[in-house]
Formats: sequence, C-alpha cells, structure tokens
Amino acid sequence: MSIGLLLLIVVGLGVIGYILGRRRALASVAGDPRKLHSLPSQYGQSVFLFTVVPALLLLIVWLLAAPSVIDGQVRGTVTTDGVSQSEIDLKMADVGRISDGLGALMAANDMSEDDLTALTPGDSDLRGQLAAVGVAVGADVEPAVFEAAKHKRSLTNSAGLIRTVLILLVALAGLAYAMTRIRPDFRARNVSEAVVKALLLGSSLIAILTTVGIVLSLIFETMHFFRLYPAKDFFLSLTWNPQFRGGSDLGVWPLIWGTLYVSFIALLVAVPIGLLAAIYLAEYATKRVRSVAKPLIEILAGIPTIVYGLFALITVGPMLRDYFAQPLGLGNSSSSVMTAGLVMGIMLIPFVSSLSDDIINSVPQSMRDGSYGLGATKSESIKQVILPAALPGVVGAVLLAASRAIGETMIVVLGAGAAAKLSMNPFEAMTTVTVKIVSQLTGDTEFASPETLVAFALGLTLFVFTLGLNVLALYIVRKYREQYE
Amino acid sequence: MTDATAHNAPAAAPARPKSLLTQDARTKRRNAAEKRFRTYGAVAICLAIAALVMLLTSVLGNGASSFFQTYAKIEVTLDPEVLDPKGNRDPAEMSKITTIGYGNLMKQAFPASLQAAGVSTEGVPEKEIGDMLSKEAPAQLRNRVLNNPDLLGETISFWALANGRIDGYLKDRVTMTSAERDGNVSPEQLQLADRMMEADLLEKRFNWDFITFPDASELRPEAAGLGVAIIGSAYMMLIVLFLALPIGVAASIYLEEFAPQNRLTDLIEVNISNLAAVPSIVFGILGLAVFINYAGLPASAPIVGGLVLTLMTLPTIIISTRAALKAVPPSIRDAALGVGASKMQSVFHHVLPLAMPGILTGTILGLAQALGETAPLLLIGMVAFVRDYPSWPVDGLFEPASALPVQVYNFTTRGDPAFVERASGAIIVLLVFLLCMNLLAIYLRRKFERRW
Repeated sequence: MSIGLLLLIVVGLGVIGYILGRRRALASVAGDPRKLHSLPSQYGQSVFLFTVVPALLLLIVWLLAAPSVIDGQVRGTVTTDGVSQSEIDLKMADVGRISDGLGALMAANDMSEDDLTALTPGDSDLRGQLAAVGVAVGADVEPAVFEAAKHKRSLTNSAGLIRTVLILLVALAGLAYAMTRIRPDFRARNVSEAVVKALLLGSSLIAILTTVGIVLSLIFETMHFFRLYPAKDFFLSLTWNPQFRGGSDLGVWPLIWGTLYVSFIALLVAVPIGLLAAIYLAEYATKRVRSVAKPLIEILAGIPTIVYGLFALITVGPMLRDYFAQPLGLGNSSSSVMTAGLVMGIMLIPFVSSLSDDIINSVPQSMRDGSYGLGATKSESIKQVILPAALPGVVGAVLLAASRAIGETMIVVLGAGAAAKLSMNPFEAMTTVTVKIVSQLTGDTEFASPETLVAFALGLTLFVFTLGLNVLALYIVRKYREQYE
Repeated sequence: MTDATAHNAPAAAPARPKSLLTQDARTKRRNAAEKRFRTYGAVAICLAIAALVMLLTSVLGNGASSFFQTYAKIEVTLDPEVLDPKGNRDPAEMSKITTIGYGNLMKQAFPASLQAAGVSTEGVPEKEIGDMLSKEAPAQLRNRVLNNPDLLGETISFWALANGRIDGYLKDRVTMTSAERDGNVSPEQLQLADRMMEADLLEKRFNWDFITFPDASELRPEAAGLGVAIIGSAYMMLIVLFLALPIGVAASIYLEEFAPQNRLTDLIEVNISNLAAVPSIVFGILGLAVFINYAGLPASAPIVGGLVLTLMTLPTIIISTRAALKAVPPSIRDAALGVGASKMQSVFHHVLPLAMPGILTGTILGLAQALGETAPLLLIGMVAFVRDYPSWPVDGLFEPASALPVQVYNFTTRGDPAFVERASGAIIVLLVFLLCMNLLAIYLRRKFERRW
C-alpha cells in the first residue's frame, strides 16, 4: 500500500475517532455538557490525537530505519571473506539497481512472483530486459549478487506489508485506548493540549535534526573519502586533476584560491557601492527618492541566482573579454574570475546596503545632533561619528556577505569556468569549491570512487568556512554593539 | 560684556573673514568634500540601479523572441498506403508507423508544395529543402493524424515548425555571413526562406508550445519547451507549502509562546539562525546523502526536491512567522486568558488568526525564494533530460521531472546558440511567476496589515 493512501486511512480513522469521542463524552453525561470537565470537542480532539500521532511517529521512524535494516540483511549475503569494503559497496550498488530493475521488469512485463524466482542471471537476455526498463547493469551479474537482489526485493515487499499492518494496528489501538479513557471527569483539555505542545516542540526540533543530518552526512562521507584518498594530499596538494580512471590529484587549494579570489572581487564591488548607497539613503535622500530607490535596489535581492548566472554568461563575460581582456592581452576566456566576481558583487549590493541601512538608522539622532552642534558638516559627522558607531554592525554585514559569496553556486558555475588554477590573473577562468561540488556530483553518481566522494569533503570545507564566518559575524555584532537607549 | 573682551576683540579679528557670506578656503574645502561625498552616494545608487536595468534588459532582450516561433506552411497529402498499410483506421495500428514514415512523406511534399505556390527552389538541393523543417515537424504531423484518423487520404495544409537556424534567420540571430561558415545551414536556404516569406509560406507566430512542450534534444532547439519544468516546479512548491507552512508555524508558536528559557531553546534558536545562512548547495548534499542514498527515494523526483527546499525555506518562514506573532499585542492574549481560555486556546483562537496575514506574506516570499533555487536541485538529479510529463500527484511526485531554474541551467549547457534564447525565455517565465508571488504578498500585506 502506498504511503499516501496509508496516511489518508490513518487521518480518516482519526476523524472517525473525533466524532465517536465527542459523542461518547456527551453520552456519558446524558447530553449535558456542563457536567463534563472539558468541552465535548476536546474529548474528540484527544481521541484524534491518540489515533493519529503514534501511528505517524511510527511511520516516520520506520521510513528512516527500514532502508538501513534491509541493507544490513542483504549485505550479509554478499559478504564473503577476503573482500574489501569498497568491493562490497560496489556490489551493494549493483544489488540495489537490479532489485529496482526487477520491480520495473515485473510491472512492464506482467510477470508473477513465480516467473521472477525462475529468472537466473544465466538467462542470456536478462541484461537486455533490464536495459529495456531503463536499468543499466554492468558486464556479468554474479549469481550471488542476483540472489541478493531477489532477496532484497522480497524483503522490501514484506517490509511494506508489515508496515501497513503495524501502522493500522497502532492507529486502531490508540483509538480504542483513548475511547476507554473518556469519562466525565477525564481532563481532555489538559491531555490534548499537552500532546499539541509536544507536537509544537517536535516541529521546532526539526531545525536541530536538519543540522545534525547535514553534519552527519558530510562527516560520514568525508571519512569514507579519506579512507580511499589520503587526507594529507587533499589538504596539502596544489593540483586538482580528477581522473575518472583513478590516480587523480585532488588537492583542495586551487579551489579555495578560486573561491577566495572570486569572493574578494565580489566584496570589492559590493561593499563600497552597498555602503555608500546605504549612507545616501539613510542620511541624504529625500523621502521620495528613498521610496523609489530602496525597493529598486531590493529587487536585486529577489532575483534568483540562476538569472545572475545567465547574465554573467551571455552579457558580462563576452563584454569583459572583448573590451578588457583581449585588448589588454590578458586572456581569451569569457568566463573568468572577474566576470563571476563582478556579477556576484551586483548580487551582494542589496545584501550589504539593506543591512548597513538598518544599522545606520539605529544610530541615535542625538549623536548626529551633537556632531552638527559642534559645527561638523554632514559628511564629516557621517565619517567621524556615525560610521565608527555603526562599525561593528557594518563589519558583521560584510562578513555575512562574504559567507554568501563563498557559498554561491550558480553564478560561478556559469561565470567562472571549470579549470582549477592557482593564478593571479583575474581575466583567467578559475574554479571554486561549489563548482566542483556540482561537477563531481551531477551525472551518474556511484558512491565508491574518491572522485565522487571528494564532493562531500569539499562540502564539509564549505560548511565549516561559512559557519565560521557567520559565527564570527554574530560574535562581532553582539560583542561590540553599542547599546543606545 | 566686560571691557576686557571688548578691548581684546579687534586684536583677534584679522584672522576672521570679513563677512559670514564669504567663505574662507577651509570652509570651501569642507563644503567641496561634503558635495563630493554626497555625489559618491548618489553614484553608488545609480550604479546599483543601472546594474538592475542592464540585467533585466539583457534577459528580456535575449528572451522575448523565444515566445515567437517560425512556422512553414506545407501542403501534404496523407497517403493511406504509407500511414495505414492495413487500411482499417485503427489508431493502435497506425501508431506503429514512426515519425520516420511521416518524415519521408513531408520531405517529398515540401518541395512540391513550394513549387505549387510558385516559389522557386532553384539552387537548393531537395535534401536541404527538407532540412529547413524542424526534426520535430514529423512528430507534430503524426500527432495530428493519430488524433484524427479521418484525415487520411486528404491533402491538408499544415503549419510545420521550421528548423532552428531558419527561425534564427527570422530573428536576426543567423545572417548570410554566419550561414556561410555554418555546416547546418546554407545561404541558399536562407534566400529560399526570403522567397517563402514573400509568398506568406513562412511566418512567426506566438509560441504557446514554449510553455507547454517538454524539453527537446540538442538538435531541435525550436521544439524545446518548459512544460515538464513548470509542472515539476509547481509540484515542489506544493510540497514546500504543505510541509514548511505547518511545521514552520508550529515551531514559531512554540518558540514565541511556549518555550521556556533554557539550553534547549537556545540551541534551537542558534540552529535556526545558522541554517538560514548555510549555503544552499549544502542542502543539496544533504538531500543526496539522506533522501536519495539513505532513504532510497527516486532521484530527479519532485518529492526529493520538495523536501530539500522545505528544509531550506523553514528558517525563512520561522523568522517571518515569529515576527508576525510578536506583532500581536499582549493585551489580546491577556484578554483571552482573562475570560478563561487556556494558553493554547488563546494562541490558536486569537493570536494565530491575527498573525495570519503576516505569516502568509512571509510564506509566499519563502516560496518565491524556493522557486528560484537551483544549486541543490542540480545535486539531486533534477538536471536529467525528462521528456515525459509526470502524472497527477501523489504518484507524480515520485516520477522524474525538471524544474524551471534547472531547465535554464540545462539550456545553457547546450551548444546551439538558439538555446541561449530559450534560457532567457525560461527566465522570463520564472521572473513572471516570482513577480506574481511578490505582488500577491504586497497585496496581502497592504490589505490585511493592522497596526495596534
């Protein structure tokens, strides 16, 4: 039974429970709600919650746990002595694909379970049949792998059946239990509110779960990568040259250099323009100018990054190449650090300007008045009074912008190029950490080679970098923020 | 005033200007600096706005033409011998004739119908005349015949998609000089196209197919459309709406109304603010590792994309929902508690409905952000070439689909310059959706915003 249908049935049971619970509560006091502890609907609510919540929790736990349990069972059957971990991983990937393929084959050819058990890897056209349903299988299918695939399929099928039965049972049990508790003095309101509160807490815990998921998946796959490729080379080598046949150099430094170079140019564009624009809007602009210019600049923040990427690819890149790089003899590539940096800088302008605008506006008027009273001009008070007072906030904004720049993907994918180089020439194509994550993980991904797994190590590097910048930014803002009241 | 000051005053006077109305050098310098600084600010704003204008004109200028497409008129006799050899008009049997059969038919009919209309085909070999039509045109004809088998045997006049290069010629992307260097089109073909235009056999029309058609292969940019991508994006937005809105609102209610001051609450708050700043591509890695590799959900399916985007949008929704809840004055809560409501009732019956406009505005803006997100979707396989429309939800959520921003990326990776036009056109569609969502958010805010 599909998960969607199962969900519908559980919720349907819950609604039935609500109606029955409400009725039963009223019946228990002969239709006089004044004698109940809580409102009749709250009795119904408690039955609904007891029916639906445990069943759904079980479903979530099942969905999270079942794949790894089945995987472990199947892994036992293909494991033989003297086989390395990575070979078993490869075999498991085959098992997974064949078992999916068998399912598709059954659906496509109207086969029965018996037909399937009769299939053997010796069948000459098995590979062809699997290819016909869109599953490509490597050269020869080992009998052990094929049996494991069948085993996996039957396990998955029976797990699905058990899941359906178990969840419906839990829902019904919850319904029955909640019904037996309904009495006039049962504190339905307190019970259902406690459950709802727990649900609210559970929703807010998803943020923690997400972080844990990110950190764990990055760390596990990175460890996996370092088992296949020495960590020393990753952190110290100066060449990046992945070969899909093996023997690659996967040094991270060319990528980090490209990332920092692009981000530096982006900040060089965004910080002066954004800061000056914010100062103008906060201190000089008339109300009318502000009401037009501020939304216009903020439109830049609402434009998806793929649009900036295309802008870099079709307009800025060729323009820089034709008017700057080629006449100056600096390069012939339309994708370059400069292209990506410039466009990314445009993207970051609203980010810097709106944050700085808020900060400048929060400097109290009395400080401006004091400065004017001493005879300073407007620009003098801005430079000598307001900016120093707003500095920690501005630094925080710049750091947040830097973390954005480092994590930005689409602009560099389309604008910066793909060649990993350690060069100073800004008109040369270089590449960044995010570009390489995309290029190593798109296409057919097999999670056993260092060339693919390196993306997770790069992801972890990126995560640590941006997290560090954010924490630093928040720390600076908190520590040095002057409190004006 | 004392005598002493009055007496001393003239001694200091020579250093001062004669009048307040004439500026001394230092004042002039300071005023000039003031003016310069002010100009810097104005220039910065102008630069930002100029960048915006350039960005939009570049995209609109490149993409507007993708909404128009060139079609060629062709008189074709639908020969029953070829298209329905058994002669029983059974659509199931007729569908066995592939597009190749229809292609041959069109290749023969096209030069003939040109000559019949009085357009000279001199200097253009017969094969090259056939190449002026799109490789998608036979499929168009086939669909038309299969939908209406009674057409067999008749001679119909049919507007067929023209080849991408001919289309480019009408849009000034291909010129005579570029055609000389191009292996796919010859100047003679372009001259023939000119003659066909004079005879009204070739024209540009509004291109609904661009919005409804699925993607097409590298060789036929003229037939590539956004249908699958729009459906995929819509499915993902549906998932984000159904998951992120309830979860985000529940989390905000807890944090804003119930959370005690303790370590756990601090931890949650820190996590939410950090998640808001995690690069989007990291969410893609999470989706790949957890949803696809671990949980075994199908790659390139909207369900995975929707889940990843949900996790990405949650912090945005939580932050705006909390702001909306905070804006509801405490007197409302006190009044509800005063007449005997429980804390839960005061929140769900009074605070939440009053905060709803703010919550919806924040949700729409979060959805808009999710709609434009590309990088995480690349990692979970949404770049795959998908030509089949996914079916209706719930099943359709698990079938391969594309997404609008990913389709843009996909178009940019292909060689034919016609795809640049397609990519820009796709961005226009994307921006129109974003504009509508933002306008809706602004309308909601204006209409329902309350100040206490």
